[in-house]
Amino acid sequence: MSAVVHGHDHAHGHGDHHGGYSGIMRWITTTNHKDIGTLYLWFSFIMFGIGGLMAVGIRLELFSPGLQWTNPDFFNQLTTMHGLIMVFGAIMPVFVGFANWQIPMMIGAPDMAFARLNNWSFWLLPFAATLLVLSFFMPGGAPGVGWTMYAPLTVQMGIGMDLTIFAVHILGMSSILGSINIITTILNMRAPGMTLMKMPLFVWTWLITAYLLVAAMPVLAGAVTMTLTDRHFGTTFFNAAGGGDPVLYQHIFWFFGHPEVYIIALPGFGVISQVIPAFSRKPLFGYASMVYATSAIAILSFIVWAHHMYTVGMPVTGQLFFMYATTLIAVPTGVKVFNWVATMWKGSLTFETPMLFALGFLFMFTLGGFTGLVLSLVLIDIQLHDTYYVVAHFHYVMVAGALFAAFAGVYFWLPKWTGRMYDERLGKLHFWLTLIFFNMIFFVQHFLGLAGMPRRIPDYPLMFETWNAISSIGAFGMGLAQLLFLYIVVKCIRSGEKAPQKPWEGADSLEWTHLPTPAPYHSFETQPVVK
Amino acid sequence: MRGMRVLSILAGLAGLANAGAAHAIAWYFQTPASGIARDIDQLHQYIMWLIIVIFIGVFGFMFWSVYAHRKSKGHQAEQFHENTTVEILWTVIPAIILVIIAWPVTKTVIAQKDTSAPDLTIKVTGYQWKWGYDYIKGEGEGISFLSTLATPRDQIEGNAPKGENYLLEVDNEVVVPVGKKVRVIVTAADVIHAWWIPAFGAKQDAIPGFLRDIWFRAEETGTFRGQCTELCGKEHAFMPIVVRVVSPEDYSKWVGERKKVMSASAEDASKTWSVDELLARGEKVYAANCVACHQGTGRGVPPAFPPLAGSKVVNGPEEGQIDTVLNGRPGTAMAAFGKQLSDTDIAAVITFTRKSWGNKASEVQPAEVKERRK
Repeated sequence: MSAVVHGHDHAHGHGDHHGGYSGIMRWITTTNHKDIGTLYLWFSFIMFGIGGLMAVGIRLELFSPGLQWTNPDFFNQLTTMHGLIMVFGAIMPVFVGFANWQIPMMIGAPDMAFARLNNWSFWLLPFAATLLVLSFFMPGGAPGVGWTMYAPLTVQMGIGMDLTIFAVHILGMSSILGSINIITTILNMRAPGMTLMKMPLFVWTWLITAYLLVAAMPVLAGAVTMTLTDRHFGTTFFNAAGGGDPVLYQHIFWFFGHPEVYIIALPGFGVISQVIPAFSRKPLFGYASMVYATSAIAILSFIVWAHHMYTVGMPVTGQLFFMYATTLIAVPTGVKVFNWVATMWKGSLTFETPMLFALGFLFMFTLGGFTGLVLSLVLIDIQLHDTYYVVAHFHYVMVAGALFAAFAGVYFWLPKWTGRMYDERLGKLHFWLTLIFFNMIFFVQHFLGLAGMPRRIPDYPLMFETWNAISSIGAFGMGLAQLLFLYIVVKCIRSGEKAPQKPWEGADSLEWTHLPTPAPYHSFETQPVVK
Repeated sequence: MRGMRVLSILAGLAGLANAGAAHAIAWYFQTPASGIARDIDQLHQYIMWLIIVIFIGVFGFMFWSVYAHRKSKGHQAEQFHENTTVEILWTVIPAIILVIIAWPVTKTVIAQKDTSAPDLTIKVTGYQWKWGYDYIKGEGEGISFLSTLATPRDQIEGNAPKGENYLLEVDNEVVVPVGKKVRVIVTAADVIHAWWIPAFGAKQDAIPGFLRDIWFRAEETGTFRGQCTELCGKEHAFMPIVVRVVSPEDYSKWVGERKKVMSASAEDASKTWSVDELLARGEKVYAANCVACHQGTGRGVPPAFPPLAGSKVVNGPEEGQIDTVLNGRPGTAMAAFGKQLSDTDIAAVITFTRKSWGNKASEVQPAEVKERRK
């Protein structure tokens, strides 16, 4: 830690604090948690754009029945890469970006524990993303196997599949390194007096998420490595002819895949748990039960994986066990929702953009949770498995859940990060456009699924035409609305009004109460004392 | 082509405007035609009402807060932040609700798994991209056929108006008697597929190398349609499932006709065919089995789906091409058609490819295919 003690209001000269480099080299060599956080955030936004373009391509093809814009092969490549890029390139990195920026500031630390490791964790990502995008230009194109990469379809793919496998390896490595850093930072670098049960909930959710990542990512790496050796080195892990089992892949994948859902959701829960109290001007209701509920969700997430596989033909006892375990998750999730609503109850509410996104999150994530409950019931799931109902369900969780939480977080902390306020009027417009178009895309997909439209098809029977057309128009609108978001952020950075130290009346964590705006480069050079 | 695309968008918009006129808008389960499907429907409605009540309850509180506890109305924030009684209540009550939900579901799950004592057993095999059916026990034992999409490519590519059962029609429908318990054994030959008839509430993944079973008992006659629901490669959207449920008498009649067709095709293999006969039959076989990958032009979609026009294999020795078609190419989408097609069909389709798109190789007779099978 720095031997020189600065006052918090001391104006820092730039040169001596950004390391020895300027320009692009500053970003390549940086070991600063804020620079790296910024890199993560911009990286995830770029990936969000690329994945979003693919989504628009998918919806363009599905606008009307028949094949118009793509061929079925390319369509499968689009759905596969849309999923992989959004999950691993957009949603996961965006929350690591938040973790980098916020965790040191919220626990009263100067930086992350392992600064160089932090640099490396980020700079793995562009390589992985390049491999993913490059796979489109390989002979045979990108893999058209779905983001779940089920065996044995993966064996039929071209070299694009291998690129994707290596990309997943690198992404996993980045996540594990980042998680080790986060765990170490949180456990060792908290300010004096900040006991675990005094940490802001965002820090708690990340601590739990980081453990989930360390436990789950190696499992995914194992699954794709087995795919790789099945493809090239004569193993038969997933081939019955050699004594293997294709369903084994699904077990391994979902043993990673279900914790992954919470890896994506929990940091979002953390953001919401900061935003709702701040704009309710009231402490978070049931802090301790929030921590316990989050832990319970994390533990349960490891014993529910086969609810993604009710139709593979498992024994009835297996179906029942996974159904009971899955429905059980509704209890701690319910506790969280009740706590958020109780936090608002009898508060003094205002509805700036972060709060709007938090309310949008609360409302629609709960909707996604309820359709999750419907899908957890074996019999109903057998009817709905691999239909658009599932697509609607997980987009309510991933988009209305994780993405809305990310937007809430960006608007909430943007003043602290940039020192400037965003345009409140445009922010609200962005919220309403996103909310309306999102529901236009995905609410109608529940109907498509109930009526029996399978997912991952480029063409469909005529009775599904109307909902698909509505859904596609929603997708085009939602895509355009995100350009507005980019404009708002750029405008904020360039010409926003100067923000005060604590622009949100009810915010009470250390970055608001103890640090000036914009936050200094080395956050806390002397640790604050938390009472 | 671009004109077609713009037209298709306009057609889509027009469809929005007068939807319902041409096609009913489907937004809920197909009408159940089996006990299990009815159970699913009822359970789903029961759960939906429960969810709606809880949803309105919880968000009633939230929106009341949003309405009444605003700063702009001068509401002062209270500072309470825990209440043990409330927190225990809202943990325990949802747990009790879950038990209430789980109980009726458990009973139906057990019933849905009971495939014992069937009247008729059919084995279903998923192929890229068609379904194979073998009647293996009960009336009709020994019947065996393939079922492929009957919608013409012209409709898919927008060169012809789309028919009523677009993408939901097949050349050979599965026929079963009404009111009889049908056990369906599901497997696959290449990758994972999923066999699904929504109106029966019957869905089962078809897993290569493994046999899984489900059952249904259709309660009314009629034609029931479903689609493959597990991504199985390029033509995943184009392998529907059609089951025709008929009266027991009509079923017996159908069995009789099927048996006659099968014995006729067994005789085919022993005679020598003229080139024209082979070409005519081969064109049909090609349209049903090969066109999706190798395309109507014979040019394929390289490199995953290689061209046949000018191909070394197609223009090379007969044995080489027969072996490729019989055994497939492991690790690629080229399936082993030996198990799916008769000697005559294979001979016909090989002859067709050897004499189309500028290829000028010799014809192949069924006897030669039979020879290579050994």
